[in-house]
Amino acid sequence: MAVTVKIPTLLRAQVDGRPTIEGTGRTLGDVIDDIETRYPGIKGSLVTDDGGLHRFVNVYLNDEDVRYLSSLETKVSDGDTVAILPAVAGG
Amino acid sequence: MSSRPGERPFTEEEVLRYSRHIILPNIGAAGQRKLLEAKVLCVGAGGLGSPVAMYLAAAGVGTLGILDFDRVDLTNLQRQLLHDTDDVGRPKVESAKERLNAINPDVDVVTHDTILTSENAFDILGRYDVVVDGTDNFPVRYLVNDATQMLGKPLVYGSIFQFDGQASVFMPGPDTPCYRCLFPEPPPPGTVPSCAEGGVFGVLPGIVGSIQAVEAIKLITGAGEPLVGRLLLFDALAMDFTTVNLRWDPECPVCGTNPTITELIDYDAFCGLTPTQAPPEAEHGAKTHVEA
Repeated sequence: MAVTVKIPTLLRAQVDGRPTIEGTGRTLGDVIDDIETRYPGIKGSLVTDDGGLHRFVNVYLNDEDVRYLSSLETKVSDGDTVAILPAVAGG
Repeated sequence: MSSRPGERPFTEEEVLRYSRHIILPNIGAAGQRKLLEAKVLCVGAGGLGSPVAMYLAAAGVGTLGILDFDRVDLTNLQRQLLHDTDDVGRPKVESAKERLNAINPDVDVVTHDTILTSENAFDILGRYDVVVDGTDNFPVRYLVNDATQMLGKPLVYGSIFQFDGQASVFMPGPDTPCYRCLFPEPPPPGTVPSCAEGGVFGVLPGIVGSIQAVEAIKLITGAGEPLVGRLLLFDALAMDFTTVNLRWDPECPVCGTNPTITELIDYDAFCGLTPTQAPPEAEHGAKTHVEA
């Protein structure tokens, strides 16, 4: 399944400055593994060493927080949009 | 304008000054009266605090608290419209009060030239009906969230970085999410650059702060649907506004069903900062503080 991943400014340096990238996979975890092959390091910004999502980064599938779906096991469909939201504090 | 018994009628000048609100559906005379009686605190008189405070003053918010311990710096002027070139070096709350009273002399601008701490937060925040978060660091964001939840006050949240902004409204109590439901833990110190380190697009806080002003006025007047349970994401480069669902976390340590944080804590320690270690997002290396 091909999905669009929206990359926030904070993480854009890890993906050659791109605002969006494409990823494929059956689940969100697959998609993250897929983009990690092209942009090494991005996975570490999203996923802990224990394999869960960092608690200071939110990931939305379409407009739903994946923590309230099945987290990294959430199934994705063609055309879905994944949005990454890191905590930022500027004011 | 007509007024109910016991209500002070609008003055002739007020009728003119606020006429475009008074004739507006959903605001009207009743809404304008609520604005005149409202007490709002802006935590931070910087990028976000500038449009928030200026629009709220223009709207006639009766009492407008401005909290900031900092002084105006030349690097602020690219985005912080409360302050002028001549204000460089002055306390921000002073230049803010001047600007706000120039916009609307009827507003009672209350200045808090102080760092917000766990010791003074209840005393200061307790005097206001609505709190607007325009701080620039994680410790104060968690402090303002926890204090407003414990005091039962609505919090209008906004945050920016480079070209991206976020906004939401956190209502007190269970069933609706708070900042900790959104981000249960702060990022490790040093992983999120400050505006001083990463830069910030000057107009960005103008957009996000204006959205916060919209939400504050809606909360006061009861107009429309507040941005509760939703998080607005703005990307200035893509010119993209997205709203995602924000859910209440029953496990939230502050607003969940069995809260484990029932009094204010040491927020520097919570954010991984020791007293001698400056927050990485602090422009001036102060302890838990408010700038923006």
